[in-house]
Amino acid sequence: MNREFVFVPARFSAQAMPLNPGHHSVLHPAASQAGNIEWLYWVIFWILFAVFVLMVAAFARAGAKSRVLDDAPLPIIEDDDGDRRAGWAVGSALAITVITLFVVLVLSVITGKRVEGLTSKNPITIQITGHQWWWEISYPNSQADQTVTTANEIHVPVGTPVVVLTNSADVIHSFWAPSITGKRDLLPGYSSAFSFQVDREGTYRGQCAEFCGLQHAHMGFSIIAEPVDKFQSWRQQQLKPAIEPAASESSRGREVFLTHACVMCHTIRGTDAGSRVGPDLTHIASRNMIAAETLPNTAGALAGWVVDPQRIKPGTQMSPNPLAPDELQALVVYLQSLQ
Amino acid sequence: MAVAEPIVANDQDAGQSGLARRLAHTWRQPKGFLGWFCNTHHTDIGIRFMVTAFIFLLLGGVLAAMIRLQLIRPENSLMGPDLYNQVFTMHGSTMIFLFAVPMMFQGFGVYIVPLMCGARNIAFPRLNAFSYYLYVGGALVLWGGFLTNTGPDVGWFAYVPLSGPAYSPGHRADIWSQMITFTEVSALGVAICIATTILRHRAPGMTLNRMPILLWEKLVISIAVIFAMPAVMIASGLLLLDRLVGTHFFNPAEGGDVLLYQHLFWFFGHPEVYIIFLPGAAIISTLVECFSRRRIFGYTPIVVSVVATGFIGFSVWVHHMFATGLPQLSESFFTAASLMIVIPTGTQFFCWVATIWYGRLQLRLPMLWCFGFFFVFLIGGLSGVMLASVPVDLQVHDTYFVVAHFHYVLIGGALFPMFAGIYFWFPKMTGRMASAKLGAWHFWLFFFGFNITFFTLHFLGLRGMPRRIYTYGPDMHWQGLNILASTGVIFMTAGLLVFLANVYRSMHTGEIAGNNPWEDAGLEWSVSSPPPPYNFLHVPTVSGRDPLWEDPPDQPVVVGLRDDIRETLVTHSLDADPQHKDEDPGPSIWPFLAAVTVSAAFVGSIFTAWAIPIGAPPVIATLIGWLWPRGQSPTPLPNEVPWIH
Repeated sequence: MNREFVFVPARFSAQAMPLNPGHHSVLHPAASQAGNIEWLYWVIFWILFAVFVLMVAAFARAGAKSRVLDDAPLPIIEDDDGDRRAGWAVGSALAITVITLFVVLVLSVITGKRVEGLTSKNPITIQITGHQWWWEISYPNSQADQTVTTANEIHVPVGTPVVVLTNSADVIHSFWAPSITGKRDLLPGYSSAFSFQVDREGTYRGQCAEFCGLQHAHMGFSIIAEPVDKFQSWRQQQLKPAIEPAASESSRGREVFLTHACVMCHTIRGTDAGSRVGPDLTHIASRNMIAAETLPNTAGALAGWVVDPQRIKPGTQMSPNPLAPDELQALVVYLQSLQ
Repeated sequence: MAVAEPIVANDQDAGQSGLARRLAHTWRQPKGFLGWFCNTHHTDIGIRFMVTAFIFLLLGGVLAAMIRLQLIRPENSLMGPDLYNQVFTMHGSTMIFLFAVPMMFQGFGVYIVPLMCGARNIAFPRLNAFSYYLYVGGALVLWGGFLTNTGPDVGWFAYVPLSGPAYSPGHRADIWSQMITFTEVSALGVAICIATTILRHRAPGMTLNRMPILLWEKLVISIAVIFAMPAVMIASGLLLLDRLVGTHFFNPAEGGDVLLYQHLFWFFGHPEVYIIFLPGAAIISTLVECFSRRRIFGYTPIVVSVVATGFIGFSVWVHHMFATGLPQLSESFFTAASLMIVIPTGTQFFCWVATIWYGRLQLRLPMLWCFGFFFVFLIGGLSGVMLASVPVDLQVHDTYFVVAHFHYVLIGGALFPMFAGIYFWFPKMTGRMASAKLGAWHFWLFFFGFNITFFTLHFLGLRGMPRRIYTYGPDMHWQGLNILASTGVIFMTAGLLVFLANVYRSMHTGEIAGNNPWEDAGLEWSVSSPPPPYNFLHVPTVSGRDPLWEDPPDQPVVVGLRDDIRETLVTHSLDADPQHKDEDPGPSIWPFLAAVTVSAAFVGSIFTAWAIPIGAPPVIATLIGWLWPRGQSPTPLPNEVPWIH
């Protein structure tokens, strides 16, 4: 396979999948958390807008009323009467300010409580671990073989509360899906928890919001909210070990995977590959995007990424893999079979 | 009047020109190349601070333009992440540490405070000069690093563990840490000089409740600097220890704490905002009073507000850390504290409106910039109220909404008042008026461009664009707004070019200003423009808050200071009664040499811990030279001064 041929689709095919801007916006909430915050945002906005209009009007009126067009320096006026009236005006303005601030404070605290509180019981728990520059997602379970591990794509059932446990494997990251809820830092050495509940089906994008190094810009994730039964079947699928290669080419691809550098970092359950440095690839073909929402999960993009990830995400932890064209072809076929 | 009869005489006394000659000789500053490094007079050092800081404003602006150019289209290949991360880190660090504080606090403060106090020079003039050279040293280290591809790339806040030894090998983060040490030592030095000048060198009669608002603000800022800067020096110092000698203060793998760094940094970082904004507010209060041709309304409320801002500024730092997941109760406390700071700021705004309302407004050039400030800072302050609310902050924190907010606050609170102040004191500094026509062009270009660029960024933030990303995918739909934001840069650049042209032209061909072109009340306007090296022929006395407006023509002056040595008057810190005389140490090369040796030790410690023991002896040697007693004429003993209390 021609290397140039690989890169052209890798760079431009992302454009083929336009994302609805409503799926990555503070003002287009899809969860009650973001919805409550949006409500608070607009309430505060309109209060402050009124303040803004009043202040601009006050300055304009003051300027227009007292303006003298003569540039020659004027004598200083003594104006005790003005001082007295100004005292009343400033005093009342201050009283209104204090009341307004108090209203903002109370609204803010009430909304904060609503955002933190869970709406119903029986949540599902997701452990999110930040890595430079991808997200490790797992659905912990008391039985080890019931634990799902994946990367960058978070499947959640619609209308079910989700508790997120956070951690970081290296530096500070921040988990943020604007349409779902506010952000939460992933701090190394600290674990914390927050919750959300997606109310509408759909795919919502998120991105790292705390500067975390070279590829901070390419550290996206998505939250895929789907009906409970669809989520359960996804989960059952994810619990299975990797599919056995059916064709000889994908069998060759597994061979390539296990005999090259891939195996040093990645896991494919059901094979000898068990390293946890990079994302778990057991079901990579079930994901929409690769490289933390950087490229679509197509054969061309996958091949381009495997051969020279540094060209697509300069500084990424994955090193280039100068595979022979037929090896690359086989590897991509194998990876694409891992549903 | 606290000053007793024998030493008080009228300014119109005979022999003035002879006295002026003798004072000019006594207070002269050395000339020539070497003399430049010996100069310790506050007007010269203050202007140097301003000019140097302005150069870094321009350099920081170039970086900002690069950022806007990079973001103009998705997946832009103009800059890679390695360069972009250096560029935005350099932009933030340059603007905050090399421009905003040195300009607003050090530059204006050093130039104007002694003149407003009626003092002949700043207190500790050598420490003041030393602080300037150290600031230049820090600036050279930072930009030297950047130009040799060793520019810091961890953000102006340099959060650990990203800036720690494990994730930032090389010397980029070290350069950032040491630049902090340089500039903060410089700010601390100047804070001590300014606080001492205000407390001990005020003209007799200028009791605390007659002090101009500008002096109050400079005093509060100086104290804030003295309390805030050590926190960031501890943060950057511990970071340097982690990186240089393998301590684990911030290494979570060894029990270190990454949040400790954030607490230390923001305990400095938030007061820093007020260290930048209060000098701007001080300029606004001064100008509103002058151009409303009326005593400012609400002197006491404004002063109380300034002091309150200084205090509350230290109790809001956690609002930079809401997203770390602190307990809700503590978050609510910091929300309340952050909202509370609106009260003193609002008080000042209301008093300014009232002063204009009941005054007679002359909308001259500096006042035009004040109105720009009112508009821009108002928007920034209101979006700040949104950010104080925890739930809203969790959504817009670390997005372009916050970028928009703090540019409205910082450009509004520092740059607009700075231009107002420069145009206002330009005649004092140069002796000539700046062109009002060019100044108006400058204003409208800059005001328009600024709002185009930064108002747009609010929308980008709400649409989910995080800060500090070097690029974004085409599917994010951020390109249109980014293009719009970038076009504002053209207008701001044009405005700055008009300003530079205005300064150049007006310095050479501007109208001669005279002592007091604006008919302002401050003592600085009683001396010639530019001021003579001794500032005041006789140290003045004052009898009110607005000396030149209300002092009678026969207002007494202080006599009895010797004219053959550099004597200064020291007054009581509360009621400004004369207490004793002190001697200004005069020009010296030692502050410069000390700054060089200290810089060498600081720079060396980027590379090896041995730089501290090896670098210490030269520092000690230069300090010995600095402090070596010289056989100058003795200062008269207190009992020779008849007016001591």
